[in-house]
Amino acid sequence: MTSISAPKMTFSRFLMYLFVIVVALLMFSPVVVVILGSIRTTGEFMSNPVALPKTGIKWENYTDILTKPEFWRSVGNSLRITLTTTFLVILAAAPLAAIFARVSFKGRSVLFNILSIGLLFPLVVAILPVFLQIRNLNLINSFWGVILPLVTFSLPGSTVILIGFFRAIPAELEDASYIDGCTTFGFFRHVLFPLARPAIAAIATLTVVNAWNEYFLSLVVLGDSKKWPLTLGIMQFQGQYGTEWARVMAYITLLIIPAVIFYLLAERYIVTGLTGGELKG
Amino acid sequence: MDETRMLTGTASRIQANTDKRRAQWNKTVLIVACLLPGFVLLTTFLLIPIAQAMYYSTYNWNGLGPLDNFIGLDNYRRAFSEPVFRGAIKHSFIIMGLSLLIQLPLAMTLALILVRGQLRFQRFFRTIFFLPYVFSEIVAAYIWLYVYNPRGGLLNRFLEIFNPAYAGTAWLTDLDTVLVAIFVVLTWKFFGFHMLLYMAGLQNISREVEDSARVAGANEYQVLRFVTLPMMRDTIALTVFLSILGSFQQFIVVWILTGGGPAFRSELIVTYLYKFGIQRMQLGYGSALAVILFAMTLLFSIGYQRLVLHRTMAD
Repeated sequence: MTSISAPKMTFSRFLMYLFVIVVALLMFSPVVVVILGSIRTTGEFMSNPVALPKTGIKWENYTDILTKPEFWRSVGNSLRITLTTTFLVILAAAPLAAIFARVSFKGRSVLFNILSIGLLFPLVVAILPVFLQIRNLNLINSFWGVILPLVTFSLPGSTVILIGFFRAIPAELEDASYIDGCTTFGFFRHVLFPLARPAIAAIATLTVVNAWNEYFLSLVVLGDSKKWPLTLGIMQFQGQYGTEWARVMAYITLLIIPAVIFYLLAERYIVTGLTGGELKG
Repeated sequence: MDETRMLTGTASRIQANTDKRRAQWNKTVLIVACLLPGFVLLTTFLLIPIAQAMYYSTYNWNGLGPLDNFIGLDNYRRAFSEPVFRGAIKHSFIIMGLSLLIQLPLAMTLALILVRGQLRFQRFFRTIFFLPYVFSEIVAAYIWLYVYNPRGGLLNRFLEIFNPAYAGTAWLTDLDTVLVAIFVVLTWKFFGFHMLLYMAGLQNISREVEDSARVAGANEYQVLRFVTLPMMRDTIALTVFLSILGSFQQFIVVWILTGGGPAFRSELIVTYLYKFGIQRMQLGYGSALAVILFAMTLLFSIGYQRLVLHRTMAD
């Protein structure tokens, strides 16, 4: 990268810029229009989507949502599902990955194959069988009916990411910790887990995104609208007769803003997690 | 004297044995304790549900009464003779084909431009392209529900700029446009993820190899075709794999945009399963659909891993 001096502006580079900018504009214009629409009235918005608010900024779309207790209850539900899921994923995946990465034992490959089955089937594919099991366990309308399957289906991916990191920690460190009198558990606790903190942060971040955006399972499991997370809660704000577009836009914007902030804060971990630590920020 | 030495020797040997046994015991306890929480969950919410689905799939069952109407493989026969389900499979394949032909090449083009073209603001562009991947699928679906809206939606308004007489298209209720319209949303949402993987792959290829090909007289196209892309083989194979699997696992975007309509023209496998299995509480039939989806995924994954990724399941 550094060996090459700043490239000259040639025609082909101009075309590259043009292409990238056009794609970026096409991709982002809907988002910008939605955000602009959220501060106008539905009528204004539908007659001319791309304009600044003419009759003053309409904060009503936001105050309509932000003063409704339903909205804040959904925020609470989403937080509860997301934080519990993430906590449990770390708690279950880290020991699992440590064993698979550093300890050899009988039955290892059988168990690893079971874990791999989970890699192949995301929750979407297993939704009906999982729904039946949740019904059998009497977890319909319970947050656990969403959280426990979410944890289960986040486990395989998270474990595999962690195994990669745990394997990369040199065996000398492990030997040294045994010489210092550590047990295997002590080695996990005092050496492996602290060193893998960035990887644990990566799986935590991916789980947060995944659980926060979850929709399908909640749709199937949570019939009671008092338990709906934000993704389902939008149904309560659409308007009874025809779509109240401006209010929907405000709701969407309220979902976009935390996602963008979270991404910018956690970009390093998201990128590391998805690319196995290969892409440099 | 000899006896004492022998005794201490035995004692220390016994001591060593108990130490060893205790260490072995501790190790077993540790393994079990570490694996237990994860595998209890995997058993409860993955293995048992799959087994149950296979069992239920042989019954005609609405989820309420007892399981007493055994019908063998009739649910499977019904699925494959149902035109709507066959249509759903066909639509999933169309989405898959479009993803491989358009979405992945677009992602690769942008990755190549960003990484090899040495554009300024590389990171800014990367963020813009990748952000939709972080948005909830709900967000994506509602944004595009508005864009496609026949009365005042962004797309029709945009096309009016070029043709003031344009009458507008109802993108999501027009039988001819609905699948493509959905594909555009999926591309918008997911291509950034593939681009990110390509960017990671490209950064791992040493530029020296490409430069030496240039020195040897290769033009840019040849460098790309014979050096860069072959070295990206693993990453490309992975994205193709994920893209194909993903095409059969779409639900939310389609559900919000069209609900599978009009006239089942955008029905995908999972929307069909949700509608006919869960909503109508035909749980036996729905279980059969789930098993079919499992089987397709499993067969494809094993086949692909053996043939293309050259990897076995363990490691």
